[in-house]
Amino acid sequence: MAHSEHADHAEHDHHGPAHGFIQRWVMATNHKDIGTMYLVFAGLMFLIGGAMALVIRAELWTPGLQFVDPQFFNSMTTMHALVMIFGGMMPAWTGLANWMIPMQVGAPDMALPRLNNFSFWILPFAFLMLLATLFVPGGAPAGGWTIYPPLVVQGGANFPMSMFAIHMMGISSILGAINVIVTIMNMRAPGMTLLRMPMFTWTWLITAYLLILVMPVLAGAVTMVITDHYFGTTFFSAAGGGDPVLYQHIFWFFGHPEVYILILPAFGVVSEIIPTFSRKPLFGYESMVYASASIGFLSFIVWAHHMFTVGMPLAGQMFFMLTTMMIAVPTGVKVFNWSTTMWKGSLTFEPPMLFAIAFLFLFTIGGFSGLMLAITPADFQYHDSYFVVAHFHYVLVPGALFAIIAAVYYWLPKWSGHMYNQTLAKWHFWLSAVFVNVLFFPQHFLGLAGMPRRIPDYATQFADWNAVSSIGAFGFGFAQLLFVWLIISCVRGGEKASDHVWEDTHGLEWELSSPAPYHSWTTPPSDAVILRGTTGH
Amino acid sequence: MLRKTGIPSALVATLALLGAAAPAHADWLLLNMPEGVTTMSGEIRSLHMNVLLWCTAIGVFVFGWMIVSLVKFRRSQGAVPDTTMVHSTKAEVIWTIIPVFILVIMAVPAARTLIKLEDASNSQLSIKVTGYQWKWQYEYLDEGVSFFSTLDRASDAARQLDSGVDPNSVPNYLLSVDNPLVVPVGRKVHVLLTSQDVIHSWWVPDFAIKKDAIPGVTNSVSFEVKADKPGTYRGQCAELCGRDHGFMPVVVEAKLPADYAAWLAEQKQAAAQNLTAAN
Repeated sequence: MAHSEHADHAEHDHHGPAHGFIQRWVMATNHKDIGTMYLVFAGLMFLIGGAMALVIRAELWTPGLQFVDPQFFNSMTTMHALVMIFGGMMPAWTGLANWMIPMQVGAPDMALPRLNNFSFWILPFAFLMLLATLFVPGGAPAGGWTIYPPLVVQGGANFPMSMFAIHMMGISSILGAINVIVTIMNMRAPGMTLLRMPMFTWTWLITAYLLILVMPVLAGAVTMVITDHYFGTTFFSAAGGGDPVLYQHIFWFFGHPEVYILILPAFGVVSEIIPTFSRKPLFGYESMVYASASIGFLSFIVWAHHMFTVGMPLAGQMFFMLTTMMIAVPTGVKVFNWSTTMWKGSLTFEPPMLFAIAFLFLFTIGGFSGLMLAITPADFQYHDSYFVVAHFHYVLVPGALFAIIAAVYYWLPKWSGHMYNQTLAKWHFWLSAVFVNVLFFPQHFLGLAGMPRRIPDYATQFADWNAVSSIGAFGFGFAQLLFVWLIISCVRGGEKASDHVWEDTHGLEWELSSPAPYHSWTTPPSDAVILRGTTGH
Repeated sequence: MLRKTGIPSALVATLALLGAAAPAHADWLLLNMPEGVTTMSGEIRSLHMNVLLWCTAIGVFVFGWMIVSLVKFRRSQGAVPDTTMVHSTKAEVIWTIIPVFILVIMAVPAARTLIKLEDASNSQLSIKVTGYQWKWQYEYLDEGVSFFSTLDRASDAARQLDSGVDPNSVPNYLLSVDNPLVVPVGRKVHVLLTSQDVIHSWWVPDFAIKKDAIPGVTNSVSFEVKADKPGTYRGQCAELCGRDHGFMPVVVEAKLPADYAAWLAEQKQAAAQNLTAAN
């Protein structure tokens, strides 16, 4: 049955990629080409951001300053975060959305291909400008990725460059999100009802709504900082009747949904991989959808838990403590559903599954520390300490990043038409899984013992666990080079992958040939094909 | 094959690296939040331990459940999937309700402690703390005593890039100042926090206190060091405040009331002398 669609693609072969670099890539409108560019860009940014992390961990290897000036250290922590969040994570998810959403909903392409081109091509320029700040007088931004005034206003030549770069990244994200929403709302094949959509598409739909709701808020905060600096406004300056705390409220109204923007698509990926390798439908598909939507909603009413120490009224502290704790409920539902999906399954441990299982365990640890951080009185101890660093790295690295890696291992054969070296991929998994814990687990201890975050040097009693953490960092960092090598060699050749790639895949993307045809579904899939795909849940 | 040989060898390699990294002296046992020395710090720590234990218990349950699946339902062990298991309203209601109960159990003591922490009444002493890049100013309101507190010279010399000084040779490296804040034990101290430039944060882990010092805003926090806990307590600025954020420690000496009174009298006298000299 799948072959009837293939016949169509054969006729349309002259609609394949354009020849010439400019025509194919600069003027790209094809969702797969744009998705590839997003993913390559994200990969490059992960490497740059990772190198910055290694500068940080090298300096923190032992007490005393050995390699860098404190100002440059602060630039590294700031740039590491900006590059990883806006350059690595978000483009990686958008790249995966570009590749997978049209294939999963039975569409030929994204709804707005030229907008798609624009939203990608903003990014290289935004990051060129951001990274160029490393070479301007005064160095790169060093006030933290949260760009709190008044500190951020002390930035020199980097200030206008980084602010404008952040604006551009925001525009890119908004356009990408609009494209996802329009594609999902208008381009689904007949018969692909909302509650038949794969989880990855579902979680991305919710993510896209979060993006268009909060990115303008970030733009507002950044604009106010700019006018404070250049046009004499005093939104955040007490000298003119403004309030620095106001900035933090606005920033975190963006910032908290932002962290769910990074993790929701990960929930989607894991919800697809675990059923495949358990050979069982996802347990509680509908409650997974509702739990994702509740997490999306709750993300808007918890922001001030990032700022318990600014001195809020008691009622405010109480409210944000309780709403934050509530997030544990839908998140728990997800973890229980994933566990139940594996229960009475028939499990095999291919590389995507290994990363998904590691996600399950380690993201849950990040969730536990998140719950601890919600307890306001205890947060007075945890806040701005290494405990927080450990917490958000647990949800973002073995959480979101492992899900991105799992997604690549899951879908790469579909994209390239080749299977990668699974033995080597398993090595990549074990090295990553071991070193990520060596890297981040000791940071819980450091924080509880009293080490603040964002410091280039520390008291000698923190030396031991910092050294362990640095070993983990270098081990984890170098292990990722294996991943780069695996992807490159898989794209260049290798054993031919079958259309279904894995033994028990469900979903429309697997009904297409491997590698997937250039225009995904030129004729909509039939009801029978759609139903076969949705038996995954 | 990899799963048989790869895991142990990767683990062994990691452990070997860990062993090689261990310096001669060890602070491996600094793993948890300090018990602290104020009337509230113990309570905050028990909140922390309470939630940590709940998380551990839930973790044992959830991870145990996952591990059983991973061991028992492997295809290599001949497991056959039960594809009829798609959902169960009963199970889903149960695992929504039970976490809610656990959260309530956690929230009640947390809310109680929070209310107590916010109570600044009956304080016997007020100190204004002002953050600067990169030092603290302490003003004893009503006493006319005020001074700056900066990183001590030994630490400052050792912390320069490639200073050649071994930080281990400096007592209380980076956690020692020229003029510490001095407070009496057994008295409730009311701290008013503000800043002259950017946002700083005043943190003493043993007091379980962290509060931001924000320009244009006056924050307040109070603490009482237990009467039997005189001593020197050390912390650091906790909010990124520029280049030397890592080098503005907070040091508090908690003295017995009589010693404190003597110290204060000395400070007042010195202040008066300075005033005379200036005139």
